[in-house]
Amino acid sequence: MNNIFKLVWLIPVLPLIGFLINGLGRKSLSKSLSGIIGSGVILGSFVLSLLVFFQVKSGNTATIHFFDFIRLENFKIGFDYKIDQLSSLFLLIITGVGFLIHLYSTSYMHDEENMNFAKYFAYLNLFVFSMLLLVMGGNFVIMFIGWEGVGLCSYLLIGYWFRNTDYTDAAKKAFIMNRIGDLGFLLALFWLITKIGSVQYDVIFSAASLAKLSATDITGITMLLFVGATGKSAQIPLYTWLPDAMAGPTPVSALIHAATMVTAGIYMIARSNALFSLAHQTQTVITIVGLATALLAASIAIKQNDIKKVLAYSTVSQLGFMFLALGTGNYVAAVFHVLTHAFFKALMFLGSGSVIHAMGGEQDIRKMGGLHKKMKITSVTFLIGCLAIAGIPGFSGFFSKDEILAGTFAHSPLLYGIALFAALLTAFYMFRLYFVTFTGTFRGTHDQEHHLHESPAAMTFPLIVLAILSIIGGYVGVPEVLGGHHELAGYLSPVVKSAEHHLDHNTEYMLMGLSTILVVISISFAWMKFKNYKVEGEANGLGKVLENKWYVDELYQAAIVNPLKSISAFFNNIIESKVIDGAVNGVGKAVNYSSRQLRWLQSGQVGAYVLLMVIGMLILFFIQLFL
Amino acid sequence: MDIKAYIILSLALFTIGIVGVLVRRNAIIIFMCVELMLNAVNLLLVAFSKMHAMSGVAKASPYFASDAQVFVFFIMVVAAAEVSVGLAIIVMMYRNVHTVDVNFLNRLKN
Repeated sequence: MNNIFKLVWLIPVLPLIGFLINGLGRKSLSKSLSGIIGSGVILGSFVLSLLVFFQVKSGNTATIHFFDFIRLENFKIGFDYKIDQLSSLFLLIITGVGFLIHLYSTSYMHDEENMNFAKYFAYLNLFVFSMLLLVMGGNFVIMFIGWEGVGLCSYLLIGYWFRNTDYTDAAKKAFIMNRIGDLGFLLALFWLITKIGSVQYDVIFSAASLAKLSATDITGITMLLFVGATGKSAQIPLYTWLPDAMAGPTPVSALIHAATMVTAGIYMIARSNALFSLAHQTQTVITIVGLATALLAASIAIKQNDIKKVLAYSTVSQLGFMFLALGTGNYVAAVFHVLTHAFFKALMFLGSGSVIHAMGGEQDIRKMGGLHKKMKITSVTFLIGCLAIAGIPGFSGFFSKDEILAGTFAHSPLLYGIALFAALLTAFYMFRLYFVTFTGTFRGTHDQEHHLHESPAAMTFPLIVLAILSIIGGYVGVPEVLGGHHELAGYLSPVVKSAEHHLDHNTEYMLMGLSTILVVISISFAWMKFKNYKVEGEANGLGKVLENKWYVDELYQAAIVNPLKSISAFFNNIIESKVIDGAVNGVGKAVNYSSRQLRWLQSGQVGAYVLLMVIGMLILFFIQLFL
Repeated sequence: MDIKAYIILSLALFTIGIVGVLVRRNAIIIFMCVELMLNAVNLLLVAFSKMHAMSGVAKASPYFASDAQVFVFFIMVVAAAEVSVGLAIIVMMYRNVHTVDVNFLNRLKN
């Protein structure tokens, strides 16, 4: 085993140590100390991840067994780490982006009390720990531990300001939605264990094991795994928790709901690509769900006025693109988009945090405007993020999104058309957000205008780093048609086998040209419409439907929550109080009543007792003699 | 003599005893009725014992022929002991409440 692999266990353990120190010592640690500990442990993990990454890049991979986690007679689940190309890439994303977000948080959360500040970092560290466990696990059970861990941490962090009932409701919503998905994951695990008798990746994805599965098994297992992924990665129908999850502090949104946690579903499917490639029905479902999510979320984002809500729906939409790639068998493109998306979405969330910070907590873009003059760094980095997500050539988003679109085109030109439309919507709403926020004239109060300022260095530094990454991040995957070698695909090839799609170069040039031209048109349209944005009145027609998010929340309320409530009310009022209580109280009453009647036998009269005795004896005689 | 006559006599005595216990309230009379029931049983035991001894079964093992009659003596001894205790209780009862009416002593009720 390689030397660095002996230290691999430290990568998740460091954040765990940070969590313990910050969590247990939250009453005595000063803010700067808990900030240093919180960020320092992630930096440590990042350095280790880098070393691991270079080891893996030079061709060394390892499955490291620590101890038996669960041991039954002839079924063992080991506590294993799998260090290969896929997991080491995710390690870099998680610890790298995670560290920048921790650094940013030290400044963003500075107004919190000491104790809450340490608590915040403890949760953040615990989250990173869970996420690292999720990607490093050498089998599905270890992945599931991390899977549940990130669900828990997102609950804790969304409900961080727990004095506000709306926020705790959002936290509960996230947790419950995730649980629905987790159930699917868990069932898939049981199914796998029944059929193959192992949860180890190496065993499951070996050809011998896959041969044991019938077509029904494969479809069933992959569908259930996909249900798990829809919960965690916010796809239709379980996506509604993510926009509400913006209740948490902004860096949390950046970390959990843009860069890492929501990509868990993508990671899981990319990890299980051997399984998914065999399940064609499931792939079709994934494609449709991904595309529908991308389109639906993008259409909602057009009309949102909360800066974080726009970004949230944009995240949902981008995740939809990733699922589209997974569904079309283009796993590398999905992982590639995870990578670039982590950079520019974290950048934009942190940028929005910087804006919110400057605006004194205001999140409504209708009350912003003209911020470019006051916050140059935030504005420029945010613009870079927008260019990247819109897919302007040269920025990272272009390469990953183009790869997804090209893969979709090879799959079906109709799907490509829809996906392209969603991509245009993306460019439109992102630039609407940018123009409304940063250009035009300021529309807030005088106090706010006076208060406007560029954020401190601890906040702008991560922005700048992420902006640079958002530009150059795409160059790891320059496609052949543009003279590159797609190093990412080469790097991932031992783990992830993408479906080959063959398009001739002219078609690819045409597709790129088409999407670029349309995106530029879309951006110019946004520029014309929103460069001097004035607050409009109530929207009506389609605009109103979009503003209300297609009434999906209301639909869920009416179709699921309310019936459940009435069923519970029925159970509470009728079944519980009448049937259950009735039975319990009835037994009590019956015993009470009969004993009161029997009491009259105990008359205290000797004669009565004797009489009864005689009667009893006579009955016995009667039975003896005549029956 | 036919065993039937003995059985009927002892049944009659026993029934008189039971009815006496049931309907009388005077403790001494109840006591006498209990004695009557005991003696009805004794009579029956002796009658059956004699019948047993006269039948062929006892000839094979004469040793057991008079078992029931010995048993009667046991019952008499026990009855005598019981009488001494019972009468002592009745005397004590009379000393305390100046009556031997059993229904007078139902004060444990309620």
